[in-house]
Amino acid sequence: MYFLNTFKYVFQSLALQKSRSFLTMLGIIIGVAAVISIMAVGASAQNLLLAQVSAMGTNLIGILPGAADDMGPPAALFGIEITTLKYEDALALEELPHVAAVSPYISGRGTMTYFNKIDDFDYLGVGAQYIDVEDTAVDSGRFFKQDEIDSLARVVVLGSAVKQELFGEDNPIDKRIKINQIGFKVIGVMEQRGVVAFQNQDELVFIPVRTAQKLLLGIDHLAFIRAKVDQTANLDSAMNRVKETLRFRHHIKDSSKDDFSVRNTAQALDILRSITQALGAFLVAVAAISLLVGGIGIMNIMFVVVNERTREIGLRKALGAKRRSIMIQFLIESAIMTLIGGAIGIILGILIALAISIGVNYFGYDWQFIITPTSIIVSTLMAISVGLIFGLWPANRASKLRPIEALRHE
Amino acid sequence: MLIKLEKVTKDYINEQVVTPALGGVSFEIKQGEFAAVIGSSGSGKSTLMHIIGFLDKPTQGQYFFDGEDTSQFDDEKLAGIRNQKVGFIFQTYNLLARTSVLDNILLPTIYTPHLDKKEVEKRAQELLDKVGLSHRINHRPNQLSGGEQQRVAIARALINKPRLILADEPTGNLDSKSGQEVMEVLQDLNEENHTILMVTHEKYVAECARRIIELKDGQVISDQRVEIRHLAKDGLEK
Repeated sequence: MYFLNTFKYVFQSLALQKSRSFLTMLGIIIGVAAVISIMAVGASAQNLLLAQVSAMGTNLIGILPGAADDMGPPAALFGIEITTLKYEDALALEELPHVAAVSPYISGRGTMTYFNKIDDFDYLGVGAQYIDVEDTAVDSGRFFKQDEIDSLARVVVLGSAVKQELFGEDNPIDKRIKINQIGFKVIGVMEQRGVVAFQNQDELVFIPVRTAQKLLLGIDHLAFIRAKVDQTANLDSAMNRVKETLRFRHHIKDSSKDDFSVRNTAQALDILRSITQALGAFLVAVAAISLLVGGIGIMNIMFVVVNERTREIGLRKALGAKRRSIMIQFLIESAIMTLIGGAIGIILGILIALAISIGVNYFGYDWQFIITPTSIIVSTLMAISVGLIFGLWPANRASKLRPIEALRHE
Repeated sequence: MLIKLEKVTKDYINEQVVTPALGGVSFEIKQGEFAAVIGSSGSGKSTLMHIIGFLDKPTQGQYFFDGEDTSQFDDEKLAGIRNQKVGFIFQTYNLLARTSVLDNILLPTIYTPHLDKKEVEKRAQELLDKVGLSHRINHRPNQLSGGEQQRVAIARALINKPRLILADEPTGNLDSKSGQEVMEVLQDLNEENHTILMVTHEKYVAECARRIIELKDGQVISDQRVEIRHLAKDGLEK
């Protein structure tokens, strides 16, 4: 009966001061909405990152030019061009046991012309085993072969979006297009693949790596090499063989002097996972600060409420309310205020996360809308405990009022 | 004996200045009495009332309530006594403004353990009937006149069947007609054997009681029966 009455009374007093109650709750609403949406975005972003990387396959080895710590970022990420990795290195890796396919990579941007259609596209110079390495396939026509790489053949395989752009519904096979004024023959169109590793694969064109190096870029190094291992279990031994081979080829005796770095997708996944988790925790901590500020707002207003109701507290004590009852009344009041604020915040946070997922999906990423029960439980508990903790001091002050003095309060 | 005071003193200490408010007050009040405490302001009558109502503790002396020495009671126990043994009527009514008449009357019961909700609600309605306000049950106090509000406060004071009714200037804020109605209710209650202790500074209100205790400077200067009791229903004469 006591609790029922208190709840009824608390709702009455909150309803009576709607705008004040709402403004008080605003801090909690924003805090909880921030926690919910940030946790949702964090989970979705992590999901997306991991999906993007795992989409390349989990038994891939990446060989990057330049040394790097095992867990650190590769030098290429900082825009440093390192020329130590050569096409012949890729060829040598093909011979290793457990290595199922190898492809060198070099990329650039060029102007493609087909009759009166002109547009800029990214091109990728890759090896003949590219489609095996990346686990993809051609939709029509064929992919280029090793002898076309050796002979610097001017052939090109189009991404499906590029094909649409230049040819529409026409058959592009055996048509001739120009890349930076150099004529190429279209020999195939890739199947649709969407965004993998943050690049829309359908907007790329693929040309033999040597052709790209010699005719388009005028260089003889590679951006990176990818090798596919026959089984995940053989990853480590394959990686060691790759390192040994490259050291031998680059005349390196001491592993600390490596001019390349070798990683696998599992490592990349681990790194990404720890980065996104740390980032997520940091953002949640920032959001939690606004909950703290909201809690101080609650405390502030509860002091005002206690002061306003001093006479009422005196009356209640005169009529037999114990300290505990007064304390509970004010704690319930602040807890209800944060709970309502928390509920509104949860709804708002879910809506924000939903809006973000709709927005990101619009840009072609497979961004899942994830609201974890944990985030709802965590933020609800945080909101209630903020209400209780920050309500404690004002409630305690209320409960300590002496009845006669409180009754005389004007 | 319901109340027995023995040499009760009360000193207020404010910034190391001691102000005596009561200087050794002794008297007894029996079950069923209707006593008025009168005196000018500063005579100590409010302090006396707070001590008798367990809102304050005496500095020295002993206060027996229903035969029990109350000096050792802790806050918890005092709250329970205020809740169940004493009914307060204040000069300013002290009703909760945004709470219905019925919920105001039920206010003390939310602090009373083990009560049958239905039963107390029935009792609240009977009490409203008794003070003539059944038709106002769902009104808010601010929709009532002063006299009506004070009668709601009387019903609230009675909800837990107290042993003692304490009225602090019950007519102080009322016009004479409303004051008369309130005094009528108090006299009726006394007829039903309720014990009432009333503080007032107006002689004609005090004469509605059966006994008048006069205080001056914290001392009882007279304590006598009212020879010709004034009946409130005949009108209050100033």
